[in-house]
Amino acid sequence: MAGFDIKKIAEELKNYDGDEVRIMEVCGTHTAAISENGIPSMLSDKIKLISGPGCPVCVTVTAVIDKLIELSMRSDTVVLTFGDLIRVKGTSMSLAEAKGEGAHVKMVYSPMETVKLAKEDPDHNYVFAAIGFETTTPVYAMVLEEAEKNNLDNLKLLTSLKTMPEVIRYVVKNGGGIDGFIAPGHVATITGSDIYKELSEELGIPFVVSGFEGAQLLLTIYSLVKMKGKGGFKNLYKSAVKEEGNIKAKEIIEKYFKASDASWRGMGKIPGSGLILREEYKKYDAGSDMLDEDNMPPGCRCADVLVGKIKPCDCPMFGKKCTPDTAHGACMVSTEGSCYNYFVSGRR
Amino acid sequence: MCVAIPGRVISMDGTKATIDFSGNIVVADAGLVDTKVGDRVLVHAGCIIQTMSDELADEVESLMKEIEDLSN
Ligand code: SF4
Repeated sequence: MAGFDIKKIAEELKNYDGDEVRIMEVCGTHTAAISENGIPSMLSDKIKLISGPGCPVCVTVTAVIDKLIELSMRSDTVVLTFGDLIRVKGTSMSLAEAKGEGAHVKMVYSPMETVKLAKEDPDHNYVFAAIGFETTTPVYAMVLEEAEKNNLDNLKLLTSLKTMPEVIRYVVKNGGGIDGFIAPGHVATITGSDIYKELSEELGIPFVVSGFEGAQLLLTIYSLVKMKGKGGFKNLYKSAVKEEGNIKAKEIIEKYFKASDASWRGMGKIPGSGLILREEYKKYDAGSDMLDEDNMPPGCRCADVLVGKIKPCDCPMFGKKCTPDTAHGACMVSTEGSCYNYFVSGRR
Repeated sequence: MCVAIPGRVISMDGTKATIDFSGNIVVADAGLVDTKVGDRVLVHAGCIIQTMSDELADEVESLMKEIEDLSN
């Protein structure tokens, strides 16, 4: 990226006075990085950043949480989960609340801990709440690889796995008019950058793969402003994202999972937008089929936020009834969520 | 779930890598990549998901510095 004059770029972005440009950052980690680096305040009002559907917790339907609660209430079962998911409400309560009522719920840092726990305690079933995108799926595949090696029949996954291309097509069709996408950097380390190049050609909208540092994000936004209306593709995160991605990870995903339809919070079922266990590995499934019900909390507008139709602060409950301490919807619970990040950084 | 910033591998023990994130030491699984001591890596959910090429990462660091100077 040598040759860019970052000072000049920053000035241009602040003083930009052309047509409005609406740029969506798809990935939740980008949403968090944009807030942490104070990027919105460095841009002209004519450049709008819109946060998209790439926060795994935010797109998980309530049926999945309800099922996890049901499993965790069983005397022989322990549900393992990432920290954020534990606080999201299902139809009537969250996993954290269920835990308060005696359910077996444990927060872990990595899904790989499931293997160790299942090995040490053969009398209990260990179920991991396997949510996430292409970045996390190979980690679940590695968990299964270890389960196979160790003949573990007390390790299971409750899967609610999503993939990016179809939901991006959905956002373009149903969202609030996006002029350019900041492609999800970490998803791209696994899938490779080529899928975004293809999407940019198919949709006629520019895509730029970006890292997470402030300078990279500014360069990405600058590129997307220049590319508006022209389409095109750039990879500004070549140090981590190769055209072909991580082949080893893609192979292990392919071994255990296959494409399927998936239900997204507030968006319904999107064909071909998820992954499920292959038939031969169904013995590791904790009951992931047909988990489509989506009982959003009344009045929560996460669905419109996730596709860029409204900004979090346009939700009447934002910052009033709904804050990180009194979170109403999933988008305010997760540290990668749009509402949470708008709230903590004062982004508007 | 994602750690946005790369860390550096400081030791390896089979498929387990010990990684230094500017002083924070984390152990991660290295089963998804070919990696060695000294590599810069991205970690997600307890696993290394990619090794980074050093030269380009340094370029980003120098860009970072420029932007930091700008906001001072
Ligand atoms: S502010 Fe709260 S209620 Fe409104 S959309 Fe966000 S999470 Fe839902």
